[in-house]
Amino acid sequence: MSLIKETDYGTPASESENTVTLSIDGFEVTVPEGTSVMRAAMETGIQIPKLCATDMVDAFGSCRLCLVEIEGRRGTPSSCTTPAESGMVVQTQTGRLKDIRRGVMELYISDHPLDCLTCAANGDCELQDMAGAVGLRDVRYGYDGGNHVKQRDGGGEVNARFMPKDESNPYFTYDPSKCIVCSRCVRACEEVQGTFALTIEGRGFGSRVSPGMHESFLNSECVSCGACVQACPTATLQEKSVIEIGQPEHSVVTTCAYCGVGCSFKAEMRGQELVRMVPYKDGKANHGHSCVKGRFAYGYASHKDRILNPMIRERITDPWKEVSWDEALSFAANRLRAIQYEHGKESIGVITSSRCTNEETYLVQKLTRAVFLNNNTDTCARVCHSPTGYGLGQTFGTSAGTQDFDSVEQADVVLVIGANPTDGHPVFASRLKKRLRQGAKLIVVDPRRIDLVRTPHVSAAHHLALRPGTNVAVVTALAHVIVTEGLFDEEFIRTRCDWDEFQEYAEFVADVAHAPETVEALTGVPAAELRAAARLYARGGNGAIYYGLGVTEHSQGSTTVIGIANLAMLTGNIGRPGVGVNPLRGQNNVQGSCDMGSFPHELPGYRHVNNADVRDVFEEVWGVSISDEPGLRIPNMLDAAVEGTFKGLYCQGEDILQSDPDTKHVSAGLAAMDCVIVHDLFLNETSHYAHVFLPGSTFLEKDGTFTNAERRINRVRKVMAPKNGYADWEVTQLLANAMGGGWSYTHPSQIMDEIAATTPSFANVSYQLLEEKGSVQWPCNESTPVGSPVMHVDGFVRGKGRFIRTDYIATDEKTGPRFPLLLTTGRILSQYNVGAQTRRTENVVWHDEDILEIHPHDAETRGVKEGDWVKLVSRSGETSLRASLTDRVSPGVVYTTFHHPTTQANVITTDYSDWATNCPEYKVTAVQVSPSNGPTDWQEQYEEFSVRARRIEAAE
Amino acid sequence: MSPEKLTYMANQIAGFFRNRPHEEAVAGVADHISKFWEPRMRAQLFDMLTQAGDRFDPLVLEAGPKIRPVK
Repeated sequence: MSLIKETDYGTPASESENTVTLSIDGFEVTVPEGTSVMRAAMETGIQIPKLCATDMVDAFGSCRLCLVEIEGRRGTPSSCTTPAESGMVVQTQTGRLKDIRRGVMELYISDHPLDCLTCAANGDCELQDMAGAVGLRDVRYGYDGGNHVKQRDGGGEVNARFMPKDESNPYFTYDPSKCIVCSRCVRACEEVQGTFALTIEGRGFGSRVSPGMHESFLNSECVSCGACVQACPTATLQEKSVIEIGQPEHSVVTTCAYCGVGCSFKAEMRGQELVRMVPYKDGKANHGHSCVKGRFAYGYASHKDRILNPMIRERITDPWKEVSWDEALSFAANRLRAIQYEHGKESIGVITSSRCTNEETYLVQKLTRAVFLNNNTDTCARVCHSPTGYGLGQTFGTSAGTQDFDSVEQADVVLVIGANPTDGHPVFASRLKKRLRQGAKLIVVDPRRIDLVRTPHVSAAHHLALRPGTNVAVVTALAHVIVTEGLFDEEFIRTRCDWDEFQEYAEFVADVAHAPETVEALTGVPAAELRAAARLYARGGNGAIYYGLGVTEHSQGSTTVIGIANLAMLTGNIGRPGVGVNPLRGQNNVQGSCDMGSFPHELPGYRHVNNADVRDVFEEVWGVSISDEPGLRIPNMLDAAVEGTFKGLYCQGEDILQSDPDTKHVSAGLAAMDCVIVHDLFLNETSHYAHVFLPGSTFLEKDGTFTNAERRINRVRKVMAPKNGYADWEVTQLLANAMGGGWSYTHPSQIMDEIAATTPSFANVSYQLLEEKGSVQWPCNESTPVGSPVMHVDGFVRGKGRFIRTDYIATDEKTGPRFPLLLTTGRILSQYNVGAQTRRTENVVWHDEDILEIHPHDAETRGVKEGDWVKLVSRSGETSLRASLTDRVSPGVVYTTFHHPTTQANVITTDYSDWATNCPEYKVTAVQVSPSNGPTDWQEQYEEFSVRARRIEAAE
Repeated sequence: MSPEKLTYMANQIAGFFRNRPHEEAVAGVADHISKFWEPRMRAQLFDMLTQAGDRFDPLVLEAGPKIRPVK
């Protein structure tokens, strides 16, 4: 193992198909037209000295180090800004160039501290490298004159040019004395991240990098994505972890365990100590970019709260007792078997984790199907994208996003529905914003004014701020306009869809009941705005739809997904780059956990359990008989538990008590069970009701694969030994074997081989292929041996695309005199899901409590001021939190996040759910808000209960 | 599961299929429940259809006999 260093070509690659041939230092080079001379030289292996150039941003030409001589041209042009031309004859190293470069370097170093030995960038400093490269031997100028290096001058007077370090960001420091004003950080913030938080203030010798208007990093608009730190050639912007630990000595490429974007990272190590996570340039999902979570928020992996030993207890009111693995596993196995003996084999089940690997998820569903002998398996996708599974399955024939993320670079119109990419999927959002800055148009359908609606150099053409719960009405009205105004793509529909079905659908949708003017009163979206948006999507070029949980988490979640698929088929926006229907999946491996058969009605590869041929395949490999009946979904498990017919649960890496709706119902279900096994990193909220706790391992401690929202199967690689002793797949295997499973996997690659052997869409996937290709997108089999970036290219998976009518049916969660406001929920950039990981990192400096957003009008009539404690009550329950007044939400709508267990936003949410999949209706709850003076009784009782439930008996 | 919740879920499914031609709607409801409802839920549904049929959408009632029986 060594430290992976990607080649920096100095300027971005050119996409041109035309080539030019030139001579550099006597070598012939052929490169795509538009390539810089610097990049052309690097491609032949000649590294021209440079400081301000790096291939993550466009050429800037400020450092004057990369000068070259070109035959027939005057002077010494900078190679980064000079495009290569046919017939050019370039010299990169002449006496004149050497002198100029040395002179330039001497000036740089004359205003740079010479503390190289104690500098954190020692060994990883481009300034140091360039001083070496140009042969700098002397700096004649000294620090006597103006400089930015010394706090006081020789006479002890304060140096007004000196600026102290900014250590406000928890993860990196800004040391202005080391800055060479190359602007790489400023350009990275603009071009790569798209936040525009940084600028160069002042001019000439007074030029300085400045977050916002001379603010600290923490108080500026900076989102702490780390792009500037990565771009910085010196120690000016430096990870605090490198300052503390030192430079890494080896690195391993792995995949982030936060959101569904699935960024590739280099875990840079010193021994078994993780020094830093650096986004990997060859990562196909992120192309070298990252967000604050993946880049910096990994501290939870070594947090003191991690539980490293198995624990058991007779009753949930007892304190926990630490025991050996053997004792914990046999305790769990005996209880589960006893339950099955007494209550039947359907009385126990599993919940697979969308945070664990494909291999681990596969084993957990295999545990229930092959060892428990039932289909009681479900996963957190139940509460997020199960409607995507149903809706896209019905219309297109399979459940997955149709595109890769690169596709956004060719989109002309982007329709974002019920998603907040800058917070939920930040790295994709950066790529989207880049495309929007290039001129693509944006339509946002969201009750709340998300950041994308108006952000530097991006402004949505249309924001349809609908009333929560009216998605189907809006989507159907969009289709109404497209059909009645003749904006549909007839040729596409005739060749790719069923024409008769289309005609029936067209008749349905053309009804005046679905006209924007008719639905305006209930959706709150002005008809003219909706019509304009429909025209733009239908006729604006490549139209791409990206949607999130604002679509799925409704009574009509599946219907909206179908409506979205209808829109794409109507306009022919399917089957090529730049278009498509793209669910933005929440968790790192929620796509994979669905692919792996986590749903109670489906075996791996989305094949129903009533399909005998499919059961045969697995029965042969597993040597058991598989039930042909669908099992219980999570809410059904809880219902059955309350009823007394479901008694045991193995829950891996999910905190249903905090994340699932209607907390009181969840706790009643869990409390009614005889054996709850929680397999997790921490004593999460669900563990309060557990009898067995099996410690989990982090993504840094195991091998495996994650599948991201673009169906990309990425490798997860072990960089340190599991602190708890076992990777999660080993723990599941131990449990299976304690119950007589007889499994004998010795490496996750064997599990993937079993998946490939049984699941056609994974047929060609193997660790060897992933090693060769880096990653592949399923389907990956005989017909697409190296995967499929775009789906439904020549035809839909199901054959003909199917139009399905989408009637708007209002949710029964209605406002009224008692509960006049609608609560909708969402996420924030710095926190992730229930916060179990991010709350245990420094990310809490950005968000340490859930906040209720309320419109100033609604606040005023209730006497609520900024920062006040308010009580939030629904027909399910009540909680309290602080309020913030903002016009991001419309009057009548309030919004909060669900990251903190002290708030427990899900005490409020109801048990209404999607008609097809039981995905809970998180996004619409009728509530009342009133001033309060602190936590509610329920919150205080829960806090007390929580402390009691976490007691661990002292070792004897 | 509480009888109210079960009825509610069944009627919600009927709501989606209501706009289809009648035969297709009945088949759609029956197929959906057969595919996604665990036997315990179907058994409870069958009981309720005979005992408290008036609480159900007519589509659910009609779909009843077409729903996969519980072994």
